[in-house]
Parts: sequence; C-alpha cells; structure tokens
Amino acid sequence: MDLTLKVWRQKDRNSAGQLVTYPVKGISPDMSFLEMLDVLNEDLLRSGQEPIAFDHDCREGICGMCSLFINGRAHGPERGTTTCQLHMRHFNDGDTITIEPWRAAAFPVHKDLVVDRSAFDRIQQAGGYVSVNTGGVPDANEILIPKTIADKAFDAATCIQCGACVAACKNASAMLFVSAKVSQLAMLPQGKVERQTRVENMVAQMDIEGFGSCTTIGSCAAECPVGISLENIAMLRREYISAKATSEHLA
Amino acid sequence: MILDSKIPEGPLAQKWDKHKFDVKLVNPANKRKYEIIVVGTGLAGASAAATLGELGYNVKAFCFQDSPRRAHSIAAQGGINAAKNYQNDGDSVFRLFYDTIKGGDYRSREANTYRLAQVSVDIIDQCVAQGVPFAREYGGLLANRSFGGAQVSRTFYARGQTGQQLLLGAYSALNRQIAYGKVKMFPRTEMLDLVVVDGQARGIVVRNLITGAIESHSAHAVVLATGGYGNVFFLSTNAMGSNATAAWRAHKKGALFANPCYTQIHPTCIPVSGEHQSKLTLMSESLRNDGRVWVPKTAEIAQRLRKGEIKVSDIPEADRDYYLERKYPAFGNLVPRDVASRNAKLVCDEGRGVGASGLAVFLDFAEAINRDGLATISAKYGNLFEMYEKITDENPYERPMRIYPAVHYTMGGLWVDYNLMTNVPGLYATGECNFSDHGANRLGASALMQGLADGYFVIPYTIGDYLARMPYTKVPTDHPAFKEAEQAVIAKNNQLLSIQGTRTVDEFHKALGHIMWENCGMARNAEGLTYARQAIRQLREEFWRDVKVTGVNEELNQTLEKANRVADFLELGELMVEDALHRNESCGGHFREEYQTPENEALRDDENFAYVAAWEFTGVGNEPVLHKEELKFENVKLTQRSYK
Repeated sequence: MDLTLKVWRQKDRNSAGQLVTYPVKGISPDMSFLEMLDVLNEDLLRSGQEPIAFDHDCREGICGMCSLFINGRAHGPERGTTTCQLHMRHFNDGDTITIEPWRAAAFPVHKDLVVDRSAFDRIQQAGGYVSVNTGGVPDANEILIPKTIADKAFDAATCIQCGACVAACKNASAMLFVSAKVSQLAMLPQGKVERQTRVENMVAQMDIEGFGSCTTIGSCAAECPVGISLENIAMLRREYISAKATSEHLA
Repeated sequence: MILDSKIPEGPLAQKWDKHKFDVKLVNPANKRKYEIIVVGTGLAGASAAATLGELGYNVKAFCFQDSPRRAHSIAAQGGINAAKNYQNDGDSVFRLFYDTIKGGDYRSREANTYRLAQVSVDIIDQCVAQGVPFAREYGGLLANRSFGGAQVSRTFYARGQTGQQLLLGAYSALNRQIAYGKVKMFPRTEMLDLVVVDGQARGIVVRNLITGAIESHSAHAVVLATGGYGNVFFLSTNAMGSNATAAWRAHKKGALFANPCYTQIHPTCIPVSGEHQSKLTLMSESLRNDGRVWVPKTAEIAQRLRKGEIKVSDIPEADRDYYLERKYPAFGNLVPRDVASRNAKLVCDEGRGVGASGLAVFLDFAEAINRDGLATISAKYGNLFEMYEKITDENPYERPMRIYPAVHYTMGGLWVDYNLMTNVPGLYATGECNFSDHGANRLGASALMQGLADGYFVIPYTIGDYLARMPYTKVPTDHPAFKEAEQAVIAKNNQLLSIQGTRTVDEFHKALGHIMWENCGMARNAEGLTYARQAIRQLREEFWRDVKVTGVNEELNQTLEKANRVADFLELGELMVEDALHRNESCGGHFREEYQTPENEALRDDENFAYVAAWEFTGVGNEPVLHKEELKFENVKLTQRSYK
C-alpha cells in the first residue's frame, strides 16, 4: 500500500505546530499503525530528518500509552481498538491519513504527537484509591463480593487511562475516565468508606485541571478503546449529587 | 570477592520470621530523616515506593513512562499464584515452594523461594483490600484456576488482565503516598548512572526525557525495580521501552550480574508475520487450560496445509499429533514453559509447523467449545480471543490459534542477597531486575507474585536494617562523585549525537536481536555462542562508528533514548552469550544442545553447575570475572525434572 500522511509536527510546548505531508510506500496490511510510523521514521532518519515523536509502549493495547487522532477519530476508525492494535488492513491503498495529537487544553503538547497526560495522574491522586496500608488487612475471602458486582467493578476498572475520551469530547471533558474509577470503587465494599470524599475530590481536581463539562453526548464512550460504559457517568453523577447532599464537606 | 547470601540460620519455614525479628528497626520518628530512591514503577517498584512511603521514609520514584501506571507489569495476563488452598486441593506453602524450585530446574535459592511462597498469601489479602477486582464465584468467594507446571488451582486472576489490575492496585497505593507528599514521583525520567560514594550506593543521575536536563538525586539507598532485559532480542513480548540501562549501568559501577543466560521463551505467542514486526504479543498461558496444542502428524500434511491445498478442518483426528498430551500424559498441555517451547521448536524443525512461515503450532479450542459451550469459553478468554483476531485477522472461535514461542521473561538479573541487596551496599534490586527466585525457568503466575512480594513485604523490612546502621547525613549532589557521573552521562550522550553515521539505532538493535535469537535463543551450542560473541563485538564496534542519532540532547529525543539503551544491550548481549557458553549443562530456559537426554530433555549437571554465576564487570570488551554462589538444597531433593 502507498499512502499519504499528514502529520502534526510541533517542536515543543511553546512552538506553533503544523501539518506536514509525508508519502509512505510499500506498507503491508499486516503492519500495525505504529509499525507503519516506524517505517516512516526509519526513512526520515536515514535521510537525516527528525523522526516523528509519538507515545507508545506495550503495543498490546493495555498500557494506554499510545494515542493519536487519526482522520478525526481517537485511536482511528476501528471501534474498541487502541492505535497500537489498529492494523493497516483497515486502510486502502492511496489513502490520505491525517494524524494529530490529542487536542485538549488539559493535555498540552510536549512534541509532535506526544502530549502531557499527567492531569489524569493528579486526578487519581485526589482520591482514586482505597486508603489501606500494607499488611494487617483481613483475609481476602472475608470480603465477600457477589460475582455480578465484581464483574461490573471489573468492567469499570479496565480503563487504560489513554485519554481517548477527552480527545473525542467536544468539551474535552474527563468525565468518562473519572467515572470509571469512581464507579469501580463505589461498587466494591472496600471502596465504600471513602466514596463521598473520593467523588468530591476527584471531580474538584478534574475541574482544576481544566477539563470541560460533560453534556452526555457520548462520543467518549463511542471512542473508548476498552468499552468503558456511559453508565459510569450516570453513576458518577449519582455519587456526586449524593455526596454533595449529605457529605460532611458541604460547601 | 566472597558472595555472602546472608541466608538466615534455622529451619526453612522459620527463616523469614526469625530474620524479621533479627533485623534492626528504624524508629518511626527517624524514618523521615531517610531518603530512598526507587527506579521503576511496575509491580515491584510501585509497591515498594508506596510501602516505604507508608512506613514514613521519603521516597523519590522514577519511571521513563509518562505515568507509573504504564509499567509493563500492566500487560501480564494470566494470574498470580498464592498458596491459599481455598480450593482444598492439596496446596500448601511448601507445595508452592516445591513447585517453584522444581519448575526453576533447581537453580534458585531455597530460602528466597520459600519466603516467596510464604508471603504469597499476604499479597492476595493486600490486593483485595485495595479494591483489586479479582474473579469471584457466585457465592462471593475468590475464584482460582490452574497454570502451567502446577497440578493445583492456586492462581488468582482478573479475567485476562491480572497484571493490569494488580498494577493499578499498586499505582493507587502509590498515588495515595504521592498525595500525602511521602513519595515524589518523577515520570518521563530515565536513570543513566548509579553514584557510588565510599563503596555505598548514594544516588543516581537521570535524564529528564522532556527537557534533556541531566540531574542528580541523592539518597540513603537506591532500589532498582526496572524489570528484565528481554529486549536484547529486539523481538520480545516486552514493552518497547523496557530496557536494561539502569541495571546495566549499576553493573558497570560494581554490581554483579547473575545468570544472564536464563531467558524464558514463552510458548504461547502470536507468530511473527513479517520483517516490519516491532514486537511480539503473548497469549496468556491460561489458554492452555482449555486449548489443545497440536500439529499435523507428518511434514507432508503440514506442507499441504501451508500451501493452502487443504484447510485445518480437513485434517482428521487421526492425522493430528497432540504432542504434549502424547509425551507428557500427566501434565499434558500444562507442562512448564520451557518444555512446551522446546517441543514446539522440535515439531517445527521436523517440518510439521503450520502457518505461512511454518514456525507455528495450533492451539485448538474446538473440543473445549463443544464441551463447555461457546459462552463459557468466551467468558473465560474472550478478550484474549479478540486480541488475537485483531492482530491476525483470524477468528479463533472458528479455527485454531497459531502460536509460537517468543522471548518473554529474563530470570537472570542483578545478584542480590537474602535482603535483596546487591553486592554494592545500599543498592537493592527487586522483581524481574534481580535473579533470585525463579531459577533457570519461571513457572506461570509467579512473576507478579515476586514483584509484589519484594515490594510490599520484603524490601520494607530489609531496607530498614541497612538504614538503621547509617547516619542521617546525605551526600550532597555537588559531591565529586555526582559531578563525575553527570559528566560521564553527558559525554556519552554527546558522543552518540556526534557520530552521525549511516545506520539507524533500530537497524543495530535488529541485528543484535537476530544474533541473539539464532545463537543464544531457545537452543544454544558452543559453536553458535562462540560465533555470537565475535559477531556482537563487531556489531558494537560498528555501532560506535556508524550509528545515526539525530537531534540534540536538550529536547524530547526518542532516538537518543533508544541509542543509549541499545548501546547497553550490545554489552549485555555479550555477557549473556559468555554465561551461556560457560554453563556446560542444560537447565530451564538455558538449553545447550550438547547436553540433552536421548528424549531431547534438558540434561542438568548438578555436580558441576549447581551454582549462581555472578559476573563482575571489568571493562567493555574485557573478560568478565566469574564469581560462584553455591546453591545448597537442604529441603528438596534434586531430581531430574519429569512431567511425564
């Protein structure tokens, strides 16, 4: 396959960026999208040009490091797929493909296609955990969890923190990401003790980081590579309202 | 140099308890006067950083990824072992210990392995308390399954994403400490040197991967939890960024590197599809619980299949060779990884491999789907099947998966004593980064166990013993040793940037990987290893003359990052070959073709090789010095491993 790529190039956070056109030839349909970029980067390097910086690590769809806005879609055209698991067989010979970084004020560009997603870590630090020290915990089977609840909590826990939800959202809202963690822990007995402070603090941090508001259009869930459900946002809203109505932190 | 493993006296089952009592404690009020550096934030690093923070130490944690939650532990699929005996099927701490020692082909330390089995029980409790959503039975109790090399169901799992959920548990514990201010996190930061002052590890030099700034960090102790070095082979199941740089540079500063030739080749990976391939993807070993491994009975049938003259479904049962079930009736498809891998290679070498390349065997779920129904199989392995289909464009519900062995986990690593301290005082190595617990082969579901055991339950005790004997004063980062290390790092970066050669970093990496896989991979022999040693030296020389690294240091420069890592792989690769060459026996992941039984099984030589080979660095290209730690087996009898 021969393709034309239009790739966002930006030197660093403070520089202006632009789309640069690169032709690539001889792409195998069995290559992953990132392997296609590897091929381009090797060509660029050999001709003495700067390769394109992009984030990736496990290339198994689980670490959440890869990103890329491909033809206007987070992680490209396939549903339920990270960029590293997107294969070139989903494109056609002669296609022009536009590749951009995640676009969100809360995710500033480091370079080219690499963005800073540390805001997500700070939201987790605001309460995305169960406060338990190592050792001195009860036997695991003393905490009974019905299979249906464990499965639902697991569905929420599969979020890979890639940021596709933010990239897909017109408001660059982080609601789907935050709701996944809030739901997981609110459902489990271990997480119930802190559920009110958790949801209040995580939502507050989400606002501080500059993510937009949620209008429940659902493009986040539609573009989520691991299928995090909109139900979680409904649960987040319930948790938040309930916390605000009854919490000791009434403000 | 005498290698003192510091294994406590007394009966095996009481060593750890006795040791925990004997170690010196640091007064809680004094813990805040100590600083500890943790490099790497996977299961071993995140759990260590979080736990040390909980105890009151000041921790600085470093990772090269953009977030600690992306460490490659996240990709582990199958599960984590623990001797809970919830299934009442005969499990015990001693049985888990025994299986691990035997599975490791009697090349691990008894005391460490026993401790691992002991604390395995606490790990599950800890993770459940953190909210890790393990699989449950309908009554609300935890579910278990069995894994390769074991005949009991002791593996706890979270669908096919156990590593992810365990890492998120450790990441959440870490986040809590970051929020409290006890852990300071440095993401996108790579360790490039270890600083040793008066023989003690006192800090590290790092590169900020965004700005290129070279910075020093001082501490009272340094914990390396940087994972394995499987990416020496270029193609492996490791994440692309996984590297050996931190451990290797510590080795060059005096830390011994033990058993580097023990590389685990995992039997169930998706086969290579072409030259462009950047990495290999593992399919969880748990698939072998229900999947049956087979190839056509004859090379002739296999050839017709490869040519597309017949379909898989055209091959009658009588023409299928379920070779693992045939050769190992007791364990069947659940034989340990080294045995399964080697047998896959054997049948492919016989010309009976499948797929376009002939380098694959079938993993067939047809019988399991008939027996248990599609819904049951899908509930157990659905996400793995999807992953397989995404990569190969084939539906594994309809036709058998194709799998082939690939480089997965390295059992070798920095030499450590019972306290997980290297021979450099104050430098610790945990998880895959050290050598101690798995022997020459790692059984399934035991890597996650070791990472968390070391981080949550071992290092928090043992590091206190060292710190309690230390003054509170820190070495300032303007100390000459820091300045010297910084200058060396800067000089190396400048050198890489100034070569401006003609070949890319990846070209060198692929060439190295090829040499390693062909000569120091699933099977090795003296001739191939001798060739590899020479070939690597030559490649390294070419690298430093002809590599092309663009850009400058003072920016996000992924080519420079890779170049530094590949430079280290080129040195480590030679040591792996050296180690494989000297070990005139076969054991676990180290299969020397000259040493095998008539049935092609690994032939160990306990008389001459029941030791840890710990290598001392003496300069690039110089002969390393071998130190031996004799392995004493007082509680298990060394027997030929048999899974028949």
